[in-house]
Amino acid sequence: MTQAATAEKKNPAKKTVAKAVNSLDVSDHQATVGKNFADNAKMTMRNVNVFYDDKQAIHDVSVDIAKNEVIAMIGPSGCGKSTFLRSLNRMNDTVDICRVEGQICMDGEDLYSPKLDVVELRARVGMVFQKPNPFPKSIYENVAYGPKIHGLADTRVDLDEIVENSLRKAGLWEEVKERLHQAGTGLSGGQQQRLCIARAIAVSPEVILMDEPCSALDPIATAKIEELIEELSQNFTIAIVTHSMQQAARVSHRTAYFHLGRLIEVNPTEQVFTMPEHQLTEAYITGRFG
Amino acid sequence: MTESVNNLDKIKQSLSRRNRAEKRFRWYGRLAIFIGLAAVMVLFTDIISKGHGAFRITYIELEVTYDQDRIGVENLTDPEQLANGNWEALSKAALRNEFNDVSGRRDKRKLYGLISSGAGFDLKDRLLANPLLLGETEKVWILADDDIDTYYKSWLDGESYAARMSAKQLQWIDELHAQGKIRLQFNSNLFTRGDSREPEQAGIRGAVMGSLLTLILTLLLSFPIGVSAAIYLEEFAPRNRWTDFIEVNINNLAAVPSIIFGLLGLAIFINFFHIPRSVPIVGGLVLTLMTLPTIIITSRAAIKSVPPSIREAALGMGASKYQVVLHHVLPLSLPGMLTGAIIGMAQALGESAPLLMIGMVAFIVDIPAGFSDPATVLPVQIFLWADSPERAFIEKTSAAIMVLLSFLIIMNTVAVWLRKRLERRW
Ligand SMILES: Nc1ncnc2c1ncn2[C@@H]1O[C@H](COP(=O)(O)OP(=O)(O)OP(=O)(O)O)[C@@H](O)[C@H]1O
Ligand SMILES: [Mg+2]
Repeated sequence: MTQAATAEKKNPAKKTVAKAVNSLDVSDHQATVGKNFADNAKMTMRNVNVFYDDKQAIHDVSVDIAKNEVIAMIGPSGCGKSTFLRSLNRMNDTVDICRVEGQICMDGEDLYSPKLDVVELRARVGMVFQKPNPFPKSIYENVAYGPKIHGLADTRVDLDEIVENSLRKAGLWEEVKERLHQAGTGLSGGQQQRLCIARAIAVSPEVILMDEPCSALDPIATAKIEELIEELSQNFTIAIVTHSMQQAARVSHRTAYFHLGRLIEVNPTEQVFTMPEHQLTEAYITGRFG
Repeated sequence: MTESVNNLDKIKQSLSRRNRAEKRFRWYGRLAIFIGLAAVMVLFTDIISKGHGAFRITYIELEVTYDQDRIGVENLTDPEQLANGNWEALSKAALRNEFNDVSGRRDKRKLYGLISSGAGFDLKDRLLANPLLLGETEKVWILADDDIDTYYKSWLDGESYAARMSAKQLQWIDELHAQGKIRLQFNSNLFTRGDSREPEQAGIRGAVMGSLLTLILTLLLSFPIGVSAAIYLEEFAPRNRWTDFIEVNINNLAAVPSIIFGLLGLAIFINFFHIPRSVPIVGGLVLTLMTLPTIIITSRAAIKSVPPSIREAALGMGASKYQVVLHHVLPLSLPGMLTGAIIGMAQALGESAPLLMIGMVAFIVDIPAGFSDPATVLPVQIFLWADSPERAFIEKTSAAIMVLLSFLIIMNTVAVWLRKRLERRW
C-alpha cells in the first residue's frame, strides 16, 4: 500500500490509474493473468525479483519470450519496465545497489550463473537505448565496434561486409553510404537511433532489447523504426518497452502489462487492446485512450 | 480583462527594473575585467621596463696580442698548462696598450676594472678555437665589467648612474666612446651560461636546464600515476568508506602549502633514501607529490564529464570495463587530462618554496646535463638574483622573470589550444 502511495505522489497526472489501484489492492495480486508462458521459449524468467537497495522494483515476475516474437512491455511510468528489461542482459550489474533474484534463462542456460561471462551474454542479447547514443566516432567505426571487440571479422573485407549488411538491415545504408567516415553524432535523431540498431545487430545477437527506442523521435522516424522492427523480427527475438500503445499494437505479437513492479497480464497484443483480461490493464488502456 | 491589463503593467514595471539590474551587472563584470587587465599591464610594464636592458650588454674593443710568454703556456693541448695559464695577462696588456699613459697601482687597478674579470677566459676560448692566433694580434670585443655596463647603459639613456665609477674611469669611457670602441651588443651570455658571481657573466641556461630536467621527471611520474589513480577511482573502485577517505585526502593534499612538500621530500628522499641534495631527481619527486592531486582532480573531472550514455552503449555491446575505459572514456577525457597536466606543470615550473627545502637553492655555475647533476630552477634563480647586492642583477632578475613568464604563457596557450583541438562534441 505504501508503494501505491509513493507512486501516486510521483505521478499525480495519472489519476485514473491511481483510482483503479485504490479500488483494487495490488498486494493481493497473486499471479500474472493471461498467456505468460510459451512453448518455443527463447528466454524464460521465473519468480524474478529486482531490488534497488532494499526497495523492491520488480515483484515475482514469471514470463517467457518466444523465439522470433516481438513482445511489448507497457505500463505506467516507474512501474519497472526498464528495470526488468535491463536485467535480461545484466545491464543492472552496472548499478551498484541493484540486486536480481530468481531465475532468468536463455535457451535453458542460467544468465546469472557465476560461470557465465556478461561479455558473452551482451554479445548475444543486444540493447537499444531510449536516447540514441552513438559513439563520438565515425559511422563506420560505430557499427564496426562490436565485431571488432568480439573478433568477429578476420579481414578488413569481412568487416566492411558486416558493416554494410548491418546498415542495410537497419535501413540506413542508402542514406549514409557516401559518408561512412563522418561522425555518427552528425546524423539526425532518427538516423542516429537506426545507427544504434545497426550497431546492435552487427554482432548478430539472438535477442534485441529496446527501451523506448522511439521516444525521442518524430512520427516519420518512428514509422521507419517500427517497420524495421517488423523486419528484424524474422531473424531476431525482440523485447520492446514503449509508452505508445499504438506502437505496441502495431509492432508486437504479445503485450505485457506491468503495474507497480508486478506483471499483471500477458496476452496476444490484439486481445490486450480489445478485451483485456485484467481490470488494471483495462484501466490503463482506457485511461490513455480517453 | 482588467486583471490581465494590470498584470501587463506589472510585468512592464518589473521589466525596466530587471533591465537596469542586468545593465549594472554587466558593468560590474567589465570593471572586474578592467581591474584584472590593469594589474597585469602594470606588472608586465614594470618587469619589461626593468628587464629589457639585460638583453644587451656592454663590450669594449681592444687590440689583443696572444703572446705565448705572457700566458706561460707552451703546449695548447695540455689541459694542465691551459688551466695554469695566466690568461688575464692578455687582457691586461691590451688595456695598458690602449691607455699607455696610465701608471701607478691604483690607476692600473681601476683600468683593469673596466673589463670583466672573466675576460681572460673568453680570450682563452678564442685562442683554443683557433690556435693559429698564437703570437698574432687581433681586435676583440671584450665583455665590460658590470659597473661599466650599468653606467654606460644609464649614460646612453641620459640619466647616468656613476656612483661606483672613479673620475678616471669616466674619462676612459668617454675616450672609448669617442673612438667608437665601446658599444652594446646582444647579450648571448644570458642564454648560454650558468650562474656567476659576476653579473655580466651570469646566465639562466643552468636554471632553464634545471627546470627542464625537473619538469620532465615531474611529468613522467605524475601524469601516468595521476591518470591511473583517477581512472581507478572513477571507473573501478567501489564506493565505500575507504574510497571516500581517499577522496577527502586527495582534496586535502591539493590544499597543502607547497613548502610542506619540500619538508616531506627532505625527510623522505634525502634523509631516508639518501638521494643527494640539489639534484633534479629530488626536485622532480617533490614536485610530483605536489602536482599529483591537481592531476588526479582534473582527470577525474574529465572522466566524469564523459556522458554515461557512452559507457552504457559500450557495455551494452559487450565491451568489458577495461575496453570501455580504453576505447571510450580515455580518448574522450584525454583533452581534459592533458589540460590539467599542463596546468599542473605550469604550477610546478613556478614553484620555488619546496625546492628551497631540498637544497636546489645552491649557487651552481655548471649547467646540469643529467638528472643527478646539481641544479637550480628558474624561480629559485630569480630569488637568488633578486637577493644579490650588485645593481646589475636588478635587470637580470627582471629578464629571468620575463623568460619564466614566457614559458608559462606558452604552456597555458598550448593547454588552451590542445583543448580546442581535441575537444569532441557528442
Ligand atoms: N538506479 C536506480 N536506483 C534506485 N532506484 C531506481 C533506479 N532505477 C530505477 N529505480 C526505481 O525503480 C522503479 C522502476 O524504475 P524503471 O526505470 O524500471 O521504471 P520504468 O517503468 O522504466 O519507467 P519509465 O516508463 O518512466 O521509464 C522506480 O520506482 C525507480 O524509482
Ligand atoms: Mg524506463
